[in-house]
Amino acid sequence: MTTEQLLTLVVGLGAFLLLGDLFIGILNGTYSISRVARYAVEGTLYGLIIGLAGIGLSMTYSILNFANFAHGDYVTSGAFFGWGVTYLVAGWGTANFGHLVLVGPQRGVGGSQLEITITSTPVAIMAGLLVAGVGTALFVYLIDRIAYKPMRGSGGIPLLITSIGVAFALRYLIVFVYSNRTRGTTSGDLPSLDLLLVDGWVSVDAHDATLIIAAIALMLGVHLMLQRTKLGKAMRAMSDNRDLALVTGIPTEQIIRWTWMIGGGLAGSAGYLMVLWTGTIDWQFGWLLLLLIFAAVILGGIGSIYGAIFGGLTIGISMHLSMVWLPGGDFTTITAFLIMILVLMIKPAGLFGGKTTA
Amino acid sequence: MSTNATDTRVRLETLWEHDAVKILAIFGVIYLTYALIGLALGYSLDGIVNTLRRMTYLIAVYGMVTLALNLHWGYTGIFNIGIAGFMAVGLYVTMMLAKPTDPAGAAQYAGLGLPMPVAIVGGVVAAGLAGLIVAIPALRLRADYFAITTIAFAEIVRLGITSGALQEFSLFGIELGTGGGRGLIGNYGDPMNVIFELEVFSSFVDLTNSLFGFGPRQARALAYSMVLVIVLTGIYWLIQRTSRSPFGRVLKAIREDEEAAQSLGKNTNHFKIKVFVLGCALMGLAGILWRFRRTGVTPEAFRPHVTFYIWIALIIGGAGSNTGSVLGSGLFVAILFEGPQYFRRLVEQVITFGDAPNTFAGSVAPILSGNTAPFVRYTFEEFQTLQFVLMGVALVFLMHRRPEGLLGHREETAAAIPLIRRSNDDSTAGRGGDSS
Repeated sequence: MTTEQLLTLVVGLGAFLLLGDLFIGILNGTYSISRVARYAVEGTLYGLIIGLAGIGLSMTYSILNFANFAHGDYVTSGAFFGWGVTYLVAGWGTANFGHLVLVGPQRGVGGSQLEITITSTPVAIMAGLLVAGVGTALFVYLIDRIAYKPMRGSGGIPLLITSIGVAFALRYLIVFVYSNRTRGTTSGDLPSLDLLLVDGWVSVDAHDATLIIAAIALMLGVHLMLQRTKLGKAMRAMSDNRDLALVTGIPTEQIIRWTWMIGGGLAGSAGYLMVLWTGTIDWQFGWLLLLLIFAAVILGGIGSIYGAIFGGLTIGISMHLSMVWLPGGDFTTITAFLIMILVLMIKPAGLFGGKTTA
Repeated sequence: MSTNATDTRVRLETLWEHDAVKILAIFGVIYLTYALIGLALGYSLDGIVNTLRRMTYLIAVYGMVTLALNLHWGYTGIFNIGIAGFMAVGLYVTMMLAKPTDPAGAAQYAGLGLPMPVAIVGGVVAAGLAGLIVAIPALRLRADYFAITTIAFAEIVRLGITSGALQEFSLFGIELGTGGGRGLIGNYGDPMNVIFELEVFSSFVDLTNSLFGFGPRQARALAYSMVLVIVLTGIYWLIQRTSRSPFGRVLKAIREDEEAAQSLGKNTNHFKIKVFVLGCALMGLAGILWRFRRTGVTPEAFRPHVTFYIWIALIIGGAGSNTGSVLGSGLFVAILFEGPQYFRRLVEQVITFGDAPNTFAGSVAPILSGNTAPFVRYTFEEFQTLQFVLMGVALVFLMHRRPEGLLGHREETAAAIPLIRRSNDDSTAGRGGDSS
């Protein structure tokens, strides 16, 4: 038996024992059903964000062949771009332009004063989401031109090191422009749907619903784009074999540009939705999300967007379910990292393996 | 006249070839510059010497870690971005071993109360073991996957130390604790007391007092920095020896072409694991020496920033060169780490800035009407933030323009004998054996 098979066996056994314990615990009442359900719902929502951001990372990873450590900061940038517009639309006239477009860098008018929610200010949020996507797409394209294009031919490692530099510069540029204050962005007044589940309530509010709908719509959009359009076909061809794509006459540089823009747009949207969901924004949440996004992408298999979505959901749900055994939430991120390391040990190609953007 | 000039030039160039000259020259320029900056800022003599001492301390610690990273990346091609994690393991284990068993007063958590040398060895061994745990399963992965694994490991260490669950725990009935997010207080005697309690040391204190007007505290700090320089020299020597040994030649062979090294019968995995553990242990040692004299430590000190700093230093100096690693950490500390703050102080010496606008918007808006002063003021107010931006930009710039760094262009061949063909035996070379 090889080491991998042994590891797989151990991990499988561990997972089986945990699930069995969960099942028995629910039946005999040790674990409250509604609590487990709440964890599952939260985990799914978190997983959707990770998955959405992961699609872009997965695409650039497979087409350009390097792990982009700046991706997390694209998520943060998108959130700030988008929320600046949301503040502007929702609060036009209540505060000066600079304060609003910088998402309230100082105390004063903020999300709760502007009463931003999806039900009370739907237009502001739609506009914000749109700008988060389009703005980040253009911004990411600009970064590619400045930082990555001059070293297109380099190997994966020099590009990775460069991206660490880009991430660092970008993160502190965000602090420079938007300040390092953590601020609330939405008002807590939200309609929500409460379900009675045997021993307690599970509630899904309007922002959770918005996140689900928007994330699924965006994922579906990417799926259709990849499968139905010529661009999608070209992208899949490139991730399969770049040289072959080039000799077939695919304008590779143009495809790379589109890949960056689509990936960046999705990252920005994910950041925007994350802030809508959590109701707070700060300068480093994207960076803290980055390793989780990597975990999702690796779990699903680099290059596969369905893998990224599946990986995101798995990571999100297992992070939250880990609180059943490890209460307090101190170990959620550690759980996710350990899962990633285990996947790398057992099946480095990921669950959806192979290098196909499909 | 001109021959004289070229003569001097040639002589200078041959002199420059020596690594010791390079190090002395560059460090001389750095120290001189900072001494002049100190003068310009109106520091007294002890202030200037103190500035240089702080520089020495930072350069020595970063230099140690950079050398260890050079062993990983420069010599063997192992891509480690979890440096902060190994440093954290070293320091925390040492502190937990050295803390007294009786948590009296503000001491919060109990330790094992071991003597400091034992605790240091314990910390170094723990960091090496952490390296072993990461290396055994992960080293066969692709370089980028390995990198992600190491950074995930570093974050697991940091988050684990921060977590409330490990804040205070008992292992086999012994009370220990990482202190959680609030950190750990180093309530043991000064680890350098072995030296400070020597007879000779009191005359050192007197000497620094008469030379620079130092008090005993500053004299101790100075002595500590000197000890760090000695340790740095030791590590430099160790890695230099390692890289020139048969073991080191295998490492270079692995870096150049792992499969070729395997085909020559070398168990490359064994070599990689050994060298990874050695490097991690050295990182642990550097982590210990970095902060074990402070009153305490919090997990915040081991954010991924540290790893990033070391990588910049390595890239400045050039991967694969030990001299480059030391020079790189010197230039990193002098220009990117400490430089911007001193630059700011210098400028503030000359120009007095008024109140800066509170926000970026407040600084940009006046530009539209042609007034750039608020923007400049805001920039200076936020100089610390911009310093990090500068570091990131510097790394990108280096990767674009000079990825081989200062000294990375040097050919360090894996062969034990010189590969240059000797000039006097060119009779048969290239013609086959039976030409005569």
